[in-house]
Amino acid sequence: MEDQDVIREFLIESNENLSRLDQEIVELERRPQDAALLGSIFRTFHTIKGTCGFLGFETLERVAHHAENILGQLRSGQRQLCGSTVSLILESVDAIRKVLAAIETTGDEGPEKFEDLIEKLEKAAQGNAETLKGHAATNAASTTPVTSEEDPSSTESDRAPSVADTTIRVDVGLLDKLMNLVGELVLARNQILQYNTQKEDGTLNATSQRLNLITTELQEGVMKTRMQPIGVVWNKLPRVVRDMAFSLGKQIQLEMDGAGTELDKTIIEAIKDPLTHLVRNCCDHGIERPEVRTARGKPAQGKLTLRAYHEGGQVNIEIGDDGAGIDVVRVKQKAVEKGLLRPEQAEKIGDREAYNLIFLPGFSTADSVTKLSGRGVGMDVVKSNVERIGGTVDVASCPGQGTTVRLKIPLTLAIIPGLVVMSGGERFVIPQVSLLELIRLEGEAGRKQIEDVHGTPVYRRRGALLPIAYLNEVLRLESSGQFDVVNIVVLQAEDRQFGLVVDGIHDTQEIVVKPLSKQLKGLTVYAGATIMGDGQVALILDVPGIGQRSGVLVASREQAKAEVDQAEIDKKVQSFDGKQRLLLFRAGSFERLAVPLSLVARLEEFPQSIVEHAGGRCVVQYRGRILPLVSLSSVLEPGSVDGALARDPVQAVVFNDGDRNVGIVVDQILDIVEDTVSIRQQTARKGLLGSAVVAKRVADFVDLQEVIRVCSTEWFEKTSKAAGRVTVLLAEPSAFVRGLLRNGLEMGGYRVLEAASTPEALEVLSREKVDVSLVAVDLPPAGSTQLLEIMRQKPDFASIRAFALLESELAGGSQQALPTGFAGYLAKFDREAMLRSLERLAAGVEESRQVMADVKDGR
Amino acid sequence: MAEAILRGAENSEDFVDRQFSTFFIAGLFFGIPVLKVQEVLRYQEMTRVPLAPDVIEGLINLRGQIVTAVDMRRRLNLPPRAEGETPMNMVVRTSEGAVSLLVDEIGDVLEVDPASFEQPPENLTPEARELIRGVYKLKDRLLLVLDAERTVDLSGKGVA
Repeated sequence: MEDQDVIREFLIESNENLSRLDQEIVELERRPQDAALLGSIFRTFHTIKGTCGFLGFETLERVAHHAENILGQLRSGQRQLCGSTVSLILESVDAIRKVLAAIETTGDEGPEKFEDLIEKLEKAAQGNAETLKGHAATNAASTTPVTSEEDPSSTESDRAPSVADTTIRVDVGLLDKLMNLVGELVLARNQILQYNTQKEDGTLNATSQRLNLITTELQEGVMKTRMQPIGVVWNKLPRVVRDMAFSLGKQIQLEMDGAGTELDKTIIEAIKDPLTHLVRNCCDHGIERPEVRTARGKPAQGKLTLRAYHEGGQVNIEIGDDGAGIDVVRVKQKAVEKGLLRPEQAEKIGDREAYNLIFLPGFSTADSVTKLSGRGVGMDVVKSNVERIGGTVDVASCPGQGTTVRLKIPLTLAIIPGLVVMSGGERFVIPQVSLLELIRLEGEAGRKQIEDVHGTPVYRRRGALLPIAYLNEVLRLESSGQFDVVNIVVLQAEDRQFGLVVDGIHDTQEIVVKPLSKQLKGLTVYAGATIMGDGQVALILDVPGIGQRSGVLVASREQAKAEVDQAEIDKKVQSFDGKQRLLLFRAGSFERLAVPLSLVARLEEFPQSIVEHAGGRCVVQYRGRILPLVSLSSVLEPGSVDGALARDPVQAVVFNDGDRNVGIVVDQILDIVEDTVSIRQQTARKGLLGSAVVAKRVADFVDLQEVIRVCSTEWFEKTSKAAGRVTVLLAEPSAFVRGLLRNGLEMGGYRVLEAASTPEALEVLSREKVDVSLVAVDLPPAGSTQLLEIMRQKPDFASIRAFALLESELAGGSQQALPTGFAGYLAKFDREAMLRSLERLAAGVEESRQVMADVKDGR
Repeated sequence: MAEAILRGAENSEDFVDRQFSTFFIAGLFFGIPVLKVQEVLRYQEMTRVPLAPDVIEGLINLRGQIVTAVDMRRRLNLPPRAEGETPMNMVVRTSEGAVSLLVDEIGDVLEVDPASFEQPPENLTPEARELIRGVYKLKDRLLLVLDAERTVDLSGKGVA
């Protein structure tokens, strides 16, 4: 069916061209030296030939091709124009017209093959002017029956009206004007409908119903007039591909599916260039040379596929090739070279993120800028062009099997469905395309479901954290007071999602998008404005703009990095299958803080009366010792008003180790839970390790070591004495796990050095004197054994005792294959066992040091 | 340089159309060439545009066309309108489409004598000099000629 449309299009165009050709050829006979005229005739034949080839009309193609040859000779001056040549060309035109008529009525080219005409054209092209003249008479004779045959068919009275008779060409300007008028009508209709709901008038009711129906139909009708099949753009691509393939020495077959898929004319115009660029890119960078392809076991001819189809009110266009795919390593390397990415980011970034790097401005993987692509628009322009019309671009690639770029394009721009929302007393429209879902949280309990990750509101949506922005804050509107319900509009911008809190949600409406005046163009938060049913203007929100402004969508590269970090932590922590016991408490503005219970000595309540001040700090006498008290909120939020120490009784979490102890004062102890920790987010805030979901709610993890360091120098003075004894190298990829272990180890009096990978560990070893190393079995890049082997090969490191860090205890039925060659195995989260092992070892270290010292002293 | 441009503008346009639509802003008497004015409207309900420059009062629906309204008092750095006073819309045609200027009161259409034209005084503040092309000395008062194009050009005003 879609093909039919393309053919119809072709027929209309060709018929128009042919009637022009008749005039032009006759004109040419009078003015044979007119190069422009000749050029125009030549191009017309060429167009017909090209399109016929694409549509598979062989006879037509052959006729047009041979006629084009003759014209080519005329153009290059190899041949002089004479009457017989003109006749031949005209005869070709007639032949083409005849075939076109056959195609229109029967759908195929008809039985006639025009062999004699083609033969004459061939001869004419080969032969010199003399022989041509000789043939001219016979040619003229033989053409007569051919042309006369046409006459009876054209006089048939019962013939169906030809396509040319049922279509007219209309100026696009007129259609645009009609579209605008329909837009106005839609608005007027909306106004009438709204007015109607307030009235009890039967006639008005019936009339407005009719008006509604007619307007809707008219709107659809007018929109349809602006619709064009995407084939209009695609028609030019076979030629592009052919030329590219030819000059690159490649063999490329172009397949097109869904050329009849219709889009608004303005959108067709807008995607023309991006599409051509993408196709060029596929030919140039995607598909390999034939010899490379055969070597890789693929057919020598590469395949380029274009697909278009409707899906959910949008049109999807896929440009796929079966080429080499995107070389992730090379893309990253290029990005680093061009300074678009830091080397350490490049290592962490996933494949999907890496593919999207090609859309960054200034990116090109082509080693050399060929003359065919790598100039003009880059992929970044493709992306911005597509996004400008409300579309999205996505790349998928499989190494060695090809790349597919998928464009999602809205059907039309002029009239879109939108959701009407209220915020700060104003009305706004959110384009439905960006809308994912609506969430309504009711009452006090509902409001509490919006949680806080140190200052950033988030909502737990089916287990994943959804960043939240408040529309009135983004737009700096005064809040219209407290509401019983929280309305979250979940939106999709680029490839991220976020929730926008609005005061109220109204209905969805068909709205007519009107551009904002130039004075307001700089406001990225609006996509335009529209007139509502009551005649008032409402602003249309630009969802990506809102996301950017609210900070929910940070610059994509940073985001990608953060996401990678997070994914890494997720993987790490989730792979730790054991559950951890956590103490949850509240301090200052932090509603939910957590520390591993294994680090906590006791929970105490001290009456305010026994809190004393000594040496500028709060202390209590506790079990015959002096216990320094430190308020956690004063560490986390320096300068904030601290109420925890003034409370009666004072709530303290006591940490102790041997003869050192410290009490951390909190506002309230909340709970002790046993849960699998799944860290969702890292934080840059001092004193916090990160945020995680604990017992179904978000909690911030306290970095105890940092807190104690900030508040108590005393503790570390003592520790530092011990630190001179044993130095531990902690080689563990996850920063979070390192942080937790470091806490435990430093409280045990060890000096801790950290490394995240084997190279880092070796660097630390070469720089510092290390007594014991704790090596995570999954230490990148090649596991713990690699580090151990290198250590064993170097005499300097031979004395270092190495322990393997396992995800969980050995007894847990773990299926992990244990690496060999280690002095022992420790579970990452079993603090006590770890300290016991280290203690034994430390004693050993002391002994051996003693021996070394003795030897030195000559004893 | 700027004066040369002003004089040029004066020669080409002002002599052709001597009719001015007049209006009052904070007691000052302004005029815009009558052909530049599309229409005059009573105060319309407006939709505020959050984050927009201060001088933009809002958007109005002018028979299906969305028109931006510029508050002229703020544009000219004049004191704000008294509470309860509603401005009038003077819709002008500019190269950027129709824009509504919010003024205090609308005056008559006047025909002026080109001979009474004079350049704005030297000591005019730079902001005002940018917008006021010159002065016609009428019998009883001065008519300040407002440059509509520059008035609606907020490119220097920075969007919040």
